[in-house]
Amino acid sequence: MPSTYVLPFEKPIAELEQKLRELHRFSEEQDIDVSGEIRRIEEKIRELRRKIYSELTPWQQVQVARHPQRPYTRDYIGAMMREFVELHGDRRFGDDAAMVGGFATIGSHRVMVIGTQKGRDTKSNVRCHFGCALPEGYRKALRLMRLAARFGRPIVTLIDTPGAYPGIESEERHIAEAIAVNLREMFTLPVPIVVAVIGEGGSGGALGIGVGDRILILEHAYYSVISPEGCAAILWKDRAYADRAAAVLKLTAADLRRFGLVDEVVPEPEGGAHAAPAMAATLLAAAITRALDDLVRVPSAELLDARYRKFRQMGIWIEGAADAVPPGPRDADPAAGA
Amino acid sequence: MALFGKKTRYTSVTVRKRDIPDGLWVKCPGCGEIVYRNALAEALQVCPKCQYHFPMSRAERIALLTEPASWSEWDAHLRSADPLEFTGATSYREKLEENIRTTGHPDAVSCGGARIGPHEVALGVMDFAFLGGSMGSVVGEKITRLIERATAERRPVVIVCASGGARMYEGMLSLMQMAKTSAACARHRDAGLPYIAVLTNPTTAGVMASFATLGDVIIAEPGALIGFAGPRVIRETTQQELPPGFQTAEFLLDHGLLDAVVHRRDLKTVLIRLLDYLAPAGAAVPAPAP
Ligand SMILES: [Zn+2]
Repeated sequence: MPSTYVLPFEKPIAELEQKLRELHRFSEEQDIDVSGEIRRIEEKIRELRRKIYSELTPWQQVQVARHPQRPYTRDYIGAMMREFVELHGDRRFGDDAAMVGGFATIGSHRVMVIGTQKGRDTKSNVRCHFGCALPEGYRKALRLMRLAARFGRPIVTLIDTPGAYPGIESEERHIAEAIAVNLREMFTLPVPIVVAVIGEGGSGGALGIGVGDRILILEHAYYSVISPEGCAAILWKDRAYADRAAAVLKLTAADLRRFGLVDEVVPEPEGGAHAAPAMAATLLAAAITRALDDLVRVPSAELLDARYRKFRQMGIWIEGAADAVPPGPRDADPAAGA
Repeated sequence: MALFGKKTRYTSVTVRKRDIPDGLWVKCPGCGEIVYRNALAEALQVCPKCQYHFPMSRAERIALLTEPASWSEWDAHLRSADPLEFTGATSYREKLEENIRTTGHPDAVSCGGARIGPHEVALGVMDFAFLGGSMGSVVGEKITRLIERATAERRPVVIVCASGGARMYEGMLSLMQMAKTSAACARHRDAGLPYIAVLTNPTTAGVMASFATLGDVIIAEPGALIGFAGPRVIRETTQQELPPGFQTAEFLLDHGLLDAVVHRRDLKTVLIRLLDYLAPAGAAVPAPAP
């Protein structure tokens, strides 16, 4: 599946690829051997791709993470896992197409796999709200995770969402509560949980299935507290500043690793996962399997303690002097007394 | 105690008139009437005409809910850093300095031990006036320590929430505070201890999607804006007209999220009554009156 959707900064690559196609046609039509020239251009394409992808700006990373031909959750499940038995519904309200789940086998591990799912066309995107899950999606995820825990199956979650669905029905059915309960309960599930951010890690909607013992992120995925567009709208009153916002938010895989918020950055093939989806799946499968191999050996009490400690240490602050009081009025309100 | 200065005594909710700067009037967002600040302060910051609940300062809130002199503050020494070296139109550092100056508080939450009626609780009070009550590393850490200490000392937790969500200026470090605080809630809950969340205007986004909705009992003040996504975002995304009263406390009571909507004047009474039922060593049932 060669990528046909061209990101702005990929144009030079696309132009060379076009030239390559023309050369092939010319060689066929005229029956002239241009294999030397073809090899030269192919080498140039590889060179250019390597260069462009090694110098991506944070905003370009976001664009790669959102590439419409990037492999999605179902693609990874299909490529990395076998014997997938999909399970539906939250047993409360409905079945959310934006949250996929079921039993599957990866390497030697029988697991529960759960992930947010984007659509490939208008019809599927209407069904799954462009990968934005509803409350019933998060509750379905929790139901399946508890099922896995009951039968001692490790859990693998795949995150690729712009965020939880911002709609009237989400609020009416309490999306915030659904996410919060997942956060709390994921700290109590006594089986290994491996989390992989494979594309977009959109804020609370991503974190809602993002608590685990090993947090992986693909090289060109991002994970952010707010979308670059949303941040730009707040900071510069203009969504067009998304490129600057992407830079200040420190949302790339490398940034997250630096702040100790993810355990491992999983490399993508040259030119991003969309350039070679099968290779991307192989690399991710290897990382997930490695993590599972380690984690299944850990007794569950230790697992839960380590999971707690892992998130417990997240955050950066200053331990000030014990009774330092900030400058300024003690309290602006009258009840503080005078 | 440092936060409230040396002379503070929470002997009464009512405030002497001479403590209040004169000549301050506010327009009530509820009814549009002009209300004298004095009158407002004496009425627990509730509009005498329409019962609109204005924001309360932390000191007022603590005075409202706890027994006189029972509050002792915990972890007041934590200060926000600027780990992302965040610079937009203004820098995070400047924002912090400005908010510390205008509120007199180091960050958006005050936590401590206090007595509510006969109950020794762990109390957190969030402050929307400080950077929109947003949760960065300090708020997340203080809330987590509050809940952990409550677990260790077997205290119920009461958190008065007011927040616009995770603090953008600390990026993903802020988002992870949602997981961290929820983890602490899990352990407190596993220890068989109760947690009451009090949602005030407004409580939204990342705080709403973590500890604010994890209460065993969830109470809100009348008219409070409560939700996950902002109304503007919802309107833009869905192109739908929002139903009347959408994302108000009353709307959420109707839709089954809240246990009760409680007027501020009754809040302490309701908390005490709930704690009588929930607290680990609940007060002995008094003999019925003859
Ligand atoms: Zn009014």
